[in-house]
Amino acid sequence: MNVRLYIWQRSTAAVMAPLVLVHIAVIFYATRQGMTAADILARTHGSVVWAAFYGLFVAAASIHASIGIRNILSEWSPLTERRAGQFAIGFGLLLAALGLRAVAAVVLS
Amino acid sequence: MTGTSAELSVSLWRGAQDGRYETYAVPQRESQTVLDVVTFVQRHIDPTLSYRFACRVGVCGSCAMTVNGRPRWTCRTHVSKVADGGRIEIGPLENLPVIKDLTTDMQVFFEKWQEAKGVFAPSQTRQDPIAQIRPDTPVRAAADAAIECINCGVCYAACDTVRWNSDYLGPAALTRAWTLVNDERDAGNTARLQAVAASGGCHACHSHQSCQELCPQTLNPTASIAGLKRRTAAAYLKGEIKPEIKP
Repeated sequence: MNVRLYIWQRSTAAVMAPLVLVHIAVIFYATRQGMTAADILARTHGSVVWAAFYGLFVAAASIHASIGIRNILSEWSPLTERRAGQFAIGFGLLLAALGLRAVAAVVLS
Repeated sequence: MTGTSAELSVSLWRGAQDGRYETYAVPQRESQTVLDVVTFVQRHIDPTLSYRFACRVGVCGSCAMTVNGRPRWTCRTHVSKVADGGRIEIGPLENLPVIKDLTTDMQVFFEKWQEAKGVFAPSQTRQDPIAQIRPDTPVRAAADAAIECINCGVCYAACDTVRWNSDYLGPAALTRAWTLVNDERDAGNTARLQAVAASGGCHACHSHQSCQELCPQTLNPTASIAGLKRRTAAAYLKGEIKPEIKP
């Protein structure tokens, strides 16, 4: 890991820390209120705030996790650092695609 | 003295990288050090045993070995502290190529010091007056914190990250770099921060703190490396350095 990746990983962790807390609070709220999937979707549909919240969450998680995967691969697998980086970029893009697809499903559907 | 047996069962690594442990019986003595044990074997049992030492008083950093699984300076490690039921296993330092028996090739260890720019870069000439450095300033205190490193290689042998990543500069080289980063007389900081911010530099450290736990000088390389992480991050954000990935 070099200084650029270090800053990206630490800064995305800092972004995610409050988002995770809100995310967990929302889960507790939704389950304790006995909300159905339809109730939840009714509230999230068309919401710019939830789109921005989870869009940012997905972006931060994709960057953070892919840098971590790169580190693990470069230390624990026979892959070179360059190869590990390429794999990590692919992994990050996959996470981002899956995550943004889920956000779109919740906000746009 | 702990232990009841008058004789120690001492297993010593013999041969090169593909060697094996051989066991010797060594008389147990009062205030005996691990280096005394190794020396006894070499002088009284097998003169072909190879090991490295010089000062015998914890100054030169030559005699570090793996003692019962942990890297230690053998001249200042008492047998009574480490013997396990009268048994001691002594091997060469880990993470370094074995030359023979207890002697490792430390070339890569010192090359990494050079790579981390762990060399003083003077900012003045001999014609200039001697710099006045106040010992009580925070920056001098930070420089002094790790200045007593004796290059023994214990931290390097103890480091998991060195084991996993052969490019990692290691705790000793990075600690030396941190000392120089805080030396007001030094003029090499841009190149130094650039060197330690690259792949294999300070950001590879996982902060396991084995270096800090086992450093015979009770230094804290993890703290020095954390300082480098902060300093290089600030330098990068200011555009003073660029990340470099080793090929």
